[in-house]
Amino acid sequence: MQRYTYTAMVLHWLMALLIVGGFALGVTMVDIPGLSPTKLKYFSWHKWLGVTVLGLACLRLLWRLTHPAPPHPPGLPGWQQKTAAALHGLLYLLLFAVPLSGYFYSLASGVPVVYLGVLPLPVLIGADPALKPVLKLIHYSLNTTLLAAVCLHVAAALHHQLIRRDGVLTRMLP
Amino acid sequence: MPLRPSFRKTSVAATLLASCLILPGIAAAILKTDPAKSSVSLVFKQMNVPVEAKFKKFSAQIDFNRAKPEASKARVDIDVPSFDLGDPEYNKEVLKKEWLNAAQFPNASFVSSAITPAAGAPAGSKFDVSGKLSIKGKTQDVRFPLSVKTEGPHQVFEGALPIQRLAFNIGEGEWKDTSMVADQVLIKFRVVGTE
Repeated sequence: MQRYTYTAMVLHWLMALLIVGGFALGVTMVDIPGLSPTKLKYFSWHKWLGVTVLGLACLRLLWRLTHPAPPHPPGLPGWQQKTAAALHGLLYLLLFAVPLSGYFYSLASGVPVVYLGVLPLPVLIGADPALKPVLKLIHYSLNTTLLAAVCLHVAAALHHQLIRRDGVLTRMLP
Repeated sequence: MPLRPSFRKTSVAATLLASCLILPGIAAAILKTDPAKSSVSLVFKQMNVPVEAKFKKFSAQIDFNRAKPEASKARVDIDVPSFDLGDPEYNKEVLKKEWLNAAQFPNASFVSSAITPAAGAPAGSKFDVSGKLSIKGKTQDVRFPLSVKTEGPHQVFEGALPIQRLAFNIGEGEWKDTSMVADQVLIKFRVVGTE
Protein backbone atom coordinates (compact mmCIF):
# COMPACT_ATOMS: atom_id res chain seq x y z
CA MET A 1 0.00 0.00 0.00
CA GLN A 2 1.31 3.41 -0.94
CA ARG A 3 2.20 5.55 2.06
CA TYR A 4 2.74 9.25 2.66
CA THR A 5 6.28 10.53 2.29
CA TYR A 6 8.34 10.85 5.45
CA THR A 7 8.35 14.65 5.05
CA ALA A 8 4.54 14.68 4.87
CA MET A 9 4.36 12.60 8.03
CA VAL A 10 6.73 14.86 9.97
CA LEU A 11 4.87 17.97 8.88
CA HIS A 12 1.51 16.38 9.72
CA TRP A 13 2.32 15.29 13.26
CA LEU A 14 4.52 18.25 14.12
CA MET A 15 1.85 20.69 13.02
CA ALA A 16 -0.82 18.72 14.85
CA LEU A 17 1.22 19.07 18.05
CA LEU A 18 1.81 22.79 17.53
CA ILE A 19 -1.85 23.39 16.74
CA VAL A 20 -3.07 21.53 19.82
CA GLY A 21 -0.58 23.46 21.95
CA GLY A 22 -1.56 26.77 20.40
CA PHE A 23 -5.23 26.01 20.82
CA ALA A 24 -4.81 25.04 24.47
CA LEU A 25 -2.86 28.24 25.18
CA GLY A 26 -5.49 30.23 23.31
CA VAL A 27 -8.47 29.06 25.30
CA THR A 28 -6.54 29.29 28.59
CA MET A 29 -4.99 32.71 28.10
CA VAL A 30 -8.19 34.56 27.32
CA ASP A 31 -9.73 33.30 30.55
CA ILE A 32 -6.97 34.71 32.76
CA PRO A 33 -8.43 37.75 34.53
CA GLY A 34 -6.64 41.08 34.56
CA LEU A 35 -3.04 41.32 33.47
CA SER A 36 -0.18 39.23 34.74
CA PRO A 37 3.29 38.27 33.53
CA THR A 38 1.97 34.72 32.97
CA LYS A 39 -0.83 36.03 30.77
CA LEU A 40 1.64 38.06 28.72
CA LYS A 41 3.85 34.99 28.30
CA TYR A 42 0.92 32.82 27.18
CA PHE A 43 -0.13 35.42 24.61
CA SER A 44 3.41 35.62 23.23
CA TRP A 45 3.89 31.85 23.10
CA HIS A 46 0.47 31.44 21.45
CA LYS A 47 1.44 33.91 18.73
CA TRP A 48 4.87 32.31 18.22
CA LEU A 49 3.17 28.93 17.78
CA GLY A 50 0.75 30.47 15.30
CA VAL A 51 3.51 32.03 13.22
CA THR A 52 5.41 28.72 13.23
CA VAL A 53 2.30 26.87 12.04
CA LEU A 54 1.84 29.43 9.26
CA GLY A 55 5.42 29.00 8.12
CA LEU A 56 5.15 25.21 8.17
CA ALA A 57 1.80 25.41 6.34
CA CYS A 58 3.55 27.12 3.44
CA LEU A 59 6.19 24.38 3.29
CA ARG A 60 3.53 21.73 3.62
CA LEU A 61 1.41 23.09 0.79
CA LEU A 62 4.45 23.26 -1.49
CA TRP A 63 5.33 19.69 -0.55
CA ARG A 64 1.83 18.40 -1.19
CA LEU A 65 1.61 20.11 -4.57
CA THR A 66 4.85 18.46 -5.63
CA HIS A 67 4.35 15.11 -3.88
CA PRO A 68 0.71 13.98 -4.30
CA ALA A 69 -0.95 12.10 -1.48
CA PRO A 70 -1.58 8.37 -1.79
CA PRO A 71 -4.81 7.45 -3.64
CA HIS A 72 -8.01 6.56 -1.79
CA PRO A 73 -8.19 2.97 -0.61
CA PRO A 74 -9.94 0.69 -3.15
CA GLY A 75 -13.68 0.35 -2.66
CA LEU A 76 -14.08 3.58 -0.74
CA PRO A 77 -17.62 4.92 -1.51
CA GLY A 78 -17.75 7.99 -3.74
CA TRP A 79 -19.38 10.20 -1.12
CA GLN A 80 -16.62 9.34 1.36
CA GLN A 81 -13.97 10.19 -1.21
CA LYS A 82 -15.61 13.57 -1.80
CA THR A 83 -16.08 14.23 1.92
CA ALA A 84 -12.45 13.34 2.63
CA ALA A 85 -11.24 15.68 -0.10
CA ALA A 86 -13.47 18.47 1.15
CA LEU A 87 -12.45 18.05 4.80
CA HIS A 88 -8.73 17.92 3.96
CA GLY A 89 -9.19 21.00 1.77
CA LEU A 90 -10.92 22.78 4.63
CA LEU A 91 -8.12 21.83 7.01
CA TYR A 92 -5.48 23.18 4.60
CA LEU A 93 -7.48 26.41 4.31
CA LEU A 94 -7.68 26.72 8.08
CA LEU A 95 -3.93 26.09 8.44
CA PHE A 96 -3.51 29.48 6.77
CA ALA A 97 -6.69 31.31 7.75
CA VAL A 98 -6.46 30.75 11.50
CA PRO A 99 -2.92 32.09 12.04
CA LEU A 100 -3.44 34.89 9.53
CA SER A 101 -6.63 36.05 11.24
CA GLY A 102 -4.85 35.93 14.59
CA TYR A 103 -1.89 37.88 13.23
CA PHE A 104 -4.07 40.68 11.91
CA TYR A 105 -6.15 40.66 15.10
CA SER A 106 -2.96 41.27 17.07
CA LEU A 107 -1.91 44.09 14.74
CA ALA A 108 -5.35 45.70 14.89
CA SER A 109 -5.04 45.61 18.67
CA GLY A 110 -1.86 47.65 18.40
CA VAL A 111 0.38 44.74 19.35
CA PRO A 112 2.95 43.74 16.74
CA VAL A 113 4.48 40.25 16.86
CA VAL A 114 8.15 39.79 17.68
CA TYR A 115 8.81 36.16 16.77
CA LEU A 116 10.51 34.28 19.59
CA GLY A 117 11.07 37.67 21.17
CA VAL A 118 13.82 38.53 18.71
CA LEU A 119 12.47 38.90 15.17
CA PRO A 120 9.99 41.73 14.61
CA LEU A 121 7.45 40.68 12.00
CA PRO A 122 5.97 43.12 9.47
CA VAL A 123 3.41 45.53 10.86
CA LEU A 124 1.06 45.30 7.91
CA ILE A 125 -1.71 47.31 9.56
CA GLY A 126 -1.69 49.72 12.48
CA ALA A 127 -3.92 49.75 15.55
CA ASP A 128 -7.50 49.84 14.30
CA PRO A 129 -10.22 50.00 16.96
CA ALA A 130 -12.94 49.42 14.36
CA LEU A 131 -11.29 46.38 12.80
CA LYS A 132 -10.22 44.80 16.09
CA PRO A 133 -13.60 43.27 17.14
CA VAL A 134 -14.21 42.07 13.58
CA LEU A 135 -10.89 40.23 13.45
CA LYS A 136 -11.47 38.88 16.93
CA LEU A 137 -14.76 37.35 15.81
CA ILE A 138 -13.16 35.95 12.67
CA HIS A 139 -10.28 34.40 14.62
CA TYR A 140 -12.62 32.87 17.20
CA SER A 141 -15.04 31.55 14.53
CA LEU A 142 -12.28 30.02 12.42
CA ASN A 143 -10.89 28.34 15.52
CA THR A 144 -14.29 26.83 16.32
CA THR A 145 -14.44 25.56 12.74
CA LEU A 146 -10.93 24.14 13.12
CA LEU A 147 -11.93 22.33 16.28
CA ALA A 148 -14.93 20.77 14.52
CA ALA A 149 -12.87 19.86 11.47
CA VAL A 150 -10.12 18.24 13.55
CA CYS A 151 -12.67 16.24 15.53
CA LEU A 152 -14.24 14.96 12.29
CA HIS A 153 -10.78 14.25 10.89
CA VAL A 154 -9.76 12.21 13.93
CA ALA A 155 -13.11 10.38 14.01
CA ALA A 156 -12.84 9.52 10.33
CA ALA A 157 -9.24 8.32 10.71
CA LEU A 158 -10.28 6.06 13.57
CA HIS A 159 -13.25 4.84 11.54
CA HIS A 160 -10.90 3.85 8.73
CA GLN A 161 -8.50 2.16 11.10
CA LEU A 162 -10.84 0.37 13.50
CA ILE A 163 -14.02 -0.23 11.51
CA ARG A 164 -13.17 -0.29 7.83
CA ARG A 165 -9.68 -1.65 8.64
CA ASP A 166 -8.39 -0.30 5.32
CA GLY A 167 -4.97 0.83 6.60
CA VAL A 168 -5.56 4.53 5.80
CA LEU A 169 -4.24 5.74 9.16
CA THR A 170 -1.17 3.51 8.90
CA ARG A 171 -0.11 5.43 5.80
CA MET A 172 0.46 8.50 7.94
CA LEU A 173 2.29 6.67 10.72
CA PRO A 174 6.08 6.51 10.49
CA MET B 1 9.80 125.48 19.09
CA PRO B 2 12.63 122.87 18.73
CA LEU B 3 13.07 120.53 21.69
CA ARG B 4 16.06 121.11 23.92
CA PRO B 5 18.77 118.46 23.16
CA SER B 6 18.78 117.13 26.73
CA PHE B 7 15.03 116.61 26.66
CA ARG B 8 15.27 114.83 23.31
CA LYS B 9 18.03 112.56 24.57
CA THR B 10 16.01 111.72 27.66
CA SER B 11 12.87 110.93 25.71
CA VAL B 12 14.79 108.74 23.25
CA ALA B 13 16.43 106.98 26.15
CA ALA B 14 13.08 106.58 27.86
CA THR B 15 11.51 105.14 24.72
CA LEU B 16 14.38 102.74 24.25
CA LEU B 17 14.17 101.62 27.87
CA ALA B 18 10.43 101.16 27.60
CA SER B 19 10.87 99.10 24.42
CA CYS B 20 13.40 96.87 26.11
CA LEU B 21 10.92 96.21 28.85
CA ILE B 22 7.80 95.93 26.74
CA LEU B 23 9.07 94.27 23.55
CA PRO B 24 10.23 91.04 25.20
CA GLY B 25 6.81 91.03 26.86
CA ILE B 26 5.21 91.30 23.44
CA ALA B 27 7.53 88.60 22.08
CA ALA B 28 6.60 86.33 24.99
CA ALA B 29 3.15 84.89 24.66
CA ILE B 30 1.10 82.27 26.42
CA LEU B 31 0.11 79.99 23.58
CA LYS B 32 -3.37 78.60 23.24
CA THR B 33 -2.85 74.88 22.76
CA ASP B 34 -4.97 72.93 20.31
CA PRO B 35 -5.91 69.62 21.98
CA ALA B 36 -7.20 68.14 18.72
CA LYS B 37 -3.80 68.49 17.10
CA SER B 38 -1.72 67.73 20.19
CA SER B 39 -0.89 64.38 21.69
CA VAL B 40 0.94 62.80 24.58
CA SER B 41 1.72 59.14 24.15
CA LEU B 42 4.07 56.57 25.50
CA VAL B 43 5.74 53.56 23.98
CA PHE B 44 6.65 50.64 26.20
CA LYS B 45 8.03 47.21 25.39
CA GLN B 46 6.41 44.06 26.67
CA MET B 47 8.41 40.91 25.93
CA ASN B 48 10.31 42.99 23.39
CA VAL B 49 7.10 43.99 21.58
CA PRO B 50 6.62 47.78 21.30
CA VAL B 51 3.15 48.94 22.29
CA GLU B 52 1.91 52.51 22.12
CA ALA B 53 -0.61 54.03 24.49
CA LYS B 54 -1.83 57.59 24.87
CA PHE B 55 -3.19 60.01 27.43
CA LYS B 56 -6.36 61.39 25.95
CA LYS B 57 -6.59 64.33 28.37
CA PHE B 58 -3.82 66.74 29.17
CA SER B 59 -3.22 70.45 29.29
CA ALA B 60 -0.16 72.38 28.27
CA GLN B 61 0.79 75.92 29.23
CA ILE B 62 3.50 77.23 27.04
CA ASP B 63 4.86 80.69 27.62
CA PHE B 64 6.78 81.01 24.40
CA ASN B 65 9.23 83.83 23.98
CA ARG B 66 10.00 84.15 20.30
CA ALA B 67 12.69 86.78 20.79
CA LYS B 68 14.36 84.96 23.66
CA PRO B 69 13.42 81.29 23.54
CA GLU B 70 15.60 80.62 26.59
CA ALA B 71 13.11 82.66 28.59
CA SER B 72 10.24 80.40 27.56
CA LYS B 73 8.47 78.26 30.10
CA ALA B 74 6.43 75.14 29.66
CA ARG B 75 4.19 73.11 31.88
CA VAL B 76 2.28 70.01 30.89
CA ASP B 77 -0.31 68.43 33.16
CA ILE B 78 -1.50 64.95 32.30
CA ASP B 79 -4.82 63.45 33.37
CA VAL B 80 -3.62 59.99 34.37
CA PRO B 81 -7.08 58.30 34.29
CA SER B 82 -7.28 59.22 30.59
CA PHE B 83 -4.67 56.56 29.81
CA ASP B 84 -5.72 54.50 26.81
CA LEU B 85 -4.08 51.32 25.58
CA GLY B 86 -6.97 50.51 23.21
CA ASP B 87 -8.55 47.96 25.52
CA PRO B 88 -10.77 48.97 28.45
CA GLU B 89 -9.86 45.90 30.49
CA TYR B 90 -6.13 46.54 30.19
CA ASN B 91 -6.59 50.28 30.77
CA LYS B 92 -8.17 49.44 34.12
CA GLU B 93 -5.18 47.25 35.00
CA VAL B 94 -2.63 49.96 34.24
CA LEU B 95 -4.50 52.48 36.39
CA LYS B 96 -4.22 50.15 39.40
CA LYS B 97 -1.85 50.66 42.30
CA GLU B 98 0.99 48.49 40.91
CA TRP B 99 1.20 50.59 37.79
CA LEU B 100 0.08 54.22 37.58
CA ASN B 101 -2.05 54.28 40.76
CA ALA B 102 -4.41 56.78 39.17
CA ALA B 103 -6.67 56.83 42.23
CA GLN B 104 -3.96 58.28 44.42
CA PHE B 105 -2.02 60.19 41.76
CA PRO B 106 -4.49 61.40 39.13
CA ASN B 107 -2.11 64.02 37.82
CA ALA B 108 1.34 63.73 36.26
CA SER B 109 3.22 66.84 35.31
CA PHE B 110 6.26 68.27 33.67
CA VAL B 111 7.56 71.73 34.58
CA SER B 112 10.45 73.16 32.62
CA SER B 113 13.34 74.85 34.38
CA ALA B 114 15.67 75.65 31.49
CA ILE B 115 15.39 75.81 27.73
CA THR B 116 18.65 76.20 25.84
CA PRO B 117 19.20 76.25 22.09
CA ALA B 118 20.69 72.99 20.81
CA ALA B 119 24.13 73.24 19.25
CA GLY B 120 24.47 72.81 15.52
CA ALA B 121 20.82 73.35 14.62
CA PRO B 122 19.23 76.31 12.79
CA ALA B 123 18.28 79.01 15.27
CA GLY B 124 14.93 78.52 16.92
CA SER B 125 14.41 74.96 15.68
CA LYS B 126 15.95 72.70 18.34
CA PHE B 127 16.33 73.10 22.07
CA ASP B 128 17.49 71.17 25.09
CA VAL B 129 14.81 71.26 27.74
CA SER B 130 15.43 70.53 31.40
CA GLY B 131 12.78 70.26 34.02
CA LYS B 132 11.06 68.17 36.60
CA LEU B 133 8.83 65.25 35.72
CA SER B 134 6.39 64.08 38.40
CA ILE B 135 4.56 60.78 38.10
CA LYS B 136 2.98 58.64 40.82
CA GLY B 137 4.22 60.94 43.53
CA LYS B 138 7.87 60.77 42.47
CA THR B 139 9.77 63.62 40.83
CA GLN B 140 12.79 63.20 38.60
CA ASP B 141 15.01 65.69 36.83
CA VAL B 142 14.78 65.12 33.12
CA ARG B 143 16.45 66.47 30.01
CA PHE B 144 15.30 65.93 26.47
CA PRO B 145 15.55 67.46 22.99
CA LEU B 146 12.69 69.58 21.73
CA SER B 147 12.01 70.62 18.16
CA VAL B 148 10.04 73.73 17.34
CA LYS B 149 8.43 74.30 13.98
CA THR B 150 6.12 76.95 12.65
CA GLU B 151 3.19 75.64 10.63
CA GLY B 152 1.13 78.54 9.46
CA PRO B 153 -0.21 80.34 12.53
CA HIS B 154 0.81 77.43 14.80
CA GLN B 155 3.90 76.63 16.79
CA VAL B 156 4.52 72.89 16.89
CA PHE B 157 6.58 71.52 19.77
CA GLU B 158 7.70 67.93 19.47
CA GLY B 159 9.91 65.82 21.63
CA ALA B 160 10.52 62.43 23.09
CA LEU B 161 11.89 61.64 26.49
CA PRO B 162 12.89 58.20 27.67
CA ILE B 163 12.21 57.47 31.32
CA GLN B 164 13.06 54.52 33.54
CA ARG B 165 9.72 53.32 34.84
CA LEU B 166 11.22 51.71 37.96
CA ALA B 167 12.51 55.13 39.08
CA PHE B 168 8.87 56.15 39.35
CA ASN B 169 7.87 52.82 40.92
CA ILE B 170 5.69 52.08 37.91
CA GLY B 171 5.19 48.32 37.81
CA GLU B 172 5.51 46.99 41.35
CA GLY B 173 5.85 43.49 42.73
CA GLU B 174 6.09 40.82 40.02
CA TRP B 175 6.05 43.59 37.41
CA LYS B 176 9.49 44.79 38.47
CA ASP B 177 10.71 42.09 36.08
CA THR B 178 12.08 44.08 33.18
CA SER B 179 12.13 41.08 30.88
CA MET B 180 8.32 41.27 30.90
CA VAL B 181 8.01 45.05 30.57
CA ALA B 182 11.20 46.92 29.81
CA ASP B 183 12.42 49.57 32.23
CA GLN B 184 12.74 52.20 29.54
CA VAL B 185 9.50 53.84 28.47
CA LEU B 186 9.48 56.54 25.81
CA ILE B 187 7.16 59.50 26.38
CA LYS B 188 6.36 61.21 23.09
CA PHE B 189 4.55 64.46 22.79
CA ARG B 190 3.41 66.90 20.19
CA VAL B 191 1.93 70.15 21.35
CA VAL B 192 0.45 72.57 18.85
CA GLY B 193 -0.16 76.10 20.02
CA THR B 194 -1.32 79.37 18.57
CA GLU B 195 -0.42 82.82 19.81
